[in-house]
Amino acid sequence: MSTQFVINDLKASVEGKEILKGINLEIKGGEIHAIMGPNGTGKSTLASALMGHPKYEVTGGTALLDGEDILEMGVDERALAGMFLAMQYPSEITGVTNSDFLRSAINARRGEGNEISLIKFIRQMEGKMKDLEMNPEFAHRYLNEGFSGGEKKRNEILQMMLLDPKLVILDEIDSGLDIDALRIVSNGVNAMRSEDRGFLVITHYQRLLNYIKPDFVHVMMQGRIVKSGGPELAERLENEGYDWVKEELGIVDETVGQA
Amino acid sequence: MSIQLSTPVNRQAAEALSRSKGEPEWLTALRAEAAELAETLALPKVEKTRIDRWNLSAFGQYKAAQPVAQLTELPEDVQTLAANAEAGLLVQRGSGSVYAKLSDELKAKGVIFTDLETAAREHSNLVQPYLHTVVPNNEDKLTALHGALWNGGVFVYVPKNVEVEIPLQAVLFNDDADAAFAPHILIVADTHSRVTYVDNVVTTGAAASAAAVHHSIVEIVAKAGAQVNFASIHNMSGEVVDLSIRRATLDNDARVEWVIGDLNDGNTLSDTKSLLKGNGSTSDSKVISIGSNAQKMSLTTQAVHWGRSSDSQMITRAVMRDEATAIINGITKIEKGATKANGEQTEKVLMLSPKSRGDANPILLIDEDDVTAGHAASVGQVNPEQVYYLMSRGISKKDAERLIIYGFLAPVVSEVPIDAVREQLQRLLERKLEA
Repeated sequence: MSTQFVINDLKASVEGKEILKGINLEIKGGEIHAIMGPNGTGKSTLASALMGHPKYEVTGGTALLDGEDILEMGVDERALAGMFLAMQYPSEITGVTNSDFLRSAINARRGEGNEISLIKFIRQMEGKMKDLEMNPEFAHRYLNEGFSGGEKKRNEILQMMLLDPKLVILDEIDSGLDIDALRIVSNGVNAMRSEDRGFLVITHYQRLLNYIKPDFVHVMMQGRIVKSGGPELAERLENEGYDWVKEELGIVDETVGQA
Repeated sequence: MSIQLSTPVNRQAAEALSRSKGEPEWLTALRAEAAELAETLALPKVEKTRIDRWNLSAFGQYKAAQPVAQLTELPEDVQTLAANAEAGLLVQRGSGSVYAKLSDELKAKGVIFTDLETAAREHSNLVQPYLHTVVPNNEDKLTALHGALWNGGVFVYVPKNVEVEIPLQAVLFNDDADAAFAPHILIVADTHSRVTYVDNVVTTGAAASAAAVHHSIVEIVAKAGAQVNFASIHNMSGEVVDLSIRRATLDNDARVEWVIGDLNDGNTLSDTKSLLKGNGSTSDSKVISIGSNAQKMSLTTQAVHWGRSSDSQMITRAVMRDEATAIINGITKIEKGATKANGEQTEKVLMLSPKSRGDANPILLIDEDDVTAGHAASVGQVNPEQVYYLMSRGISKKDAERLIIYGFLAPVVSEVPIDAVREQLQRLLERKLEA
């Protein structure tokens, strides 16, 4: 059975302020969904709430990955169930090398007694790093420490490739990328498209969607999905901006939770 | 004066003990003088740490140690620490040395590696000019007491231009709760020589569960162009108070590297200092510590610059669990005339429990204009964002915290000069962190 991810009436708040006001979305394996919207409309909150960031409190709804509600799970369990979030601002961790971290993450998936052999791991890691045009020395650098914005994003994609998730969320993966890096990162994502993997791509800009072609486009405002359509919706947004959406829906202030 | 401050020695006792051990007259005189000083001098003032409230009464009695012919006659945990010492090995048990070995090759080059008591008898000409010159007996009550009572110890002499490639190792252990355990370590590196010395200081057997004091002083003399790498791992039980003063004096272009693992379970006073007297002299200090239970620690690194273009680097990283307290001081002093000197220091404390406490006190004292200096200090908890990031890749919370804590200590651990010692340090870290 191919992957199925169903978000049903998801509500979440940060520091007591409700940001997500009932999100409904269904993603099937093989599909790419894009979520677009101006700043401050709740896009990144959706990504963080789905992954289980401690700052975000889910106050209602479900998110079923192949029938199991990931919102009931710990962060690590969500990852093991197949969730993956490529973060907008990945943490830097001193003293932990990229390769040690990656191996720990792979082994967490495989379980005790079934650890990946060192040689096999290195072969896999080096192969994927080559695909992403990453300098091999990054394997031995401390995790994200001193990485440029683009290097961090490539490192996120490297993790995605090695961890083979079922549902991938890309949170502003295009921010801070020059055109070459954008192409490399997009190629990495496109190479991962498959029938048993769904994608949720969060972005400000239509630019990314020239490289990663979405099947569905959703517009988020005021903590809700207010409009959905096909790829043509993204193009219209690129050409005309968001004002026509606001006008059509009678929205004056599209943001949510801003003081 | 409280009971803890009473002095466990006087002039007559110190002289009598020194004579009974057949020590040379000059040393007997030094000990007698130190014993007298100990009665009048006060304890050192330690920043934010009341060492006068620690149990300093259990200095123990001198007990002659029985030499062993084979390492297999020693407790098993000590044998493990003594393994793989190819170039040279010294073992002190309680109050005295019990085993010494030095490769013929190094002997032929004129290297001396023996306990300090033996060295004082057999190499007076090399010991007398240096002993107590780096850390004078009259500094405070502790240094005076040590001057009167030190036993066993280590003496390293490396002649001019000799480079000792393989590290010299020592195991200093106590397994007799009543034995005084006060090694004095003197390392003299002559002009353009080079040596690495590594020791492990442990308590085991009966001494691991009785109140005691380990009282040691390290003196390093690095002559012009010499390099001394010194690594020391202390792993004594919760009942033992560790008082360890380490100091190096550096001539022109000399270099000293310190790697210190303060991994005791008991109260610890650890002070590691480089006196950069020579022009172009450099020093690097790295200290790691893990505190647990109600342990109190004072961890100090210091560098004093007199030499022009001298350079000092100091890093201390401590992880505090339970109700442990660490006061971490970094003191960089640049004297007038030490032009183009550079001193940098970092102190970081990671606190794992709400009741643990860590203080990082970076202090820069600069009397010269033409210098550079820097400091960074931080005290914090495991960053929840980092834990979240690792967990979002499927790593459990426990493993995520583990990775972050070991990562925090990695910049020091990775610098330990011998593979076997680094691995042993890693095991100790695991023991202390996962107990």
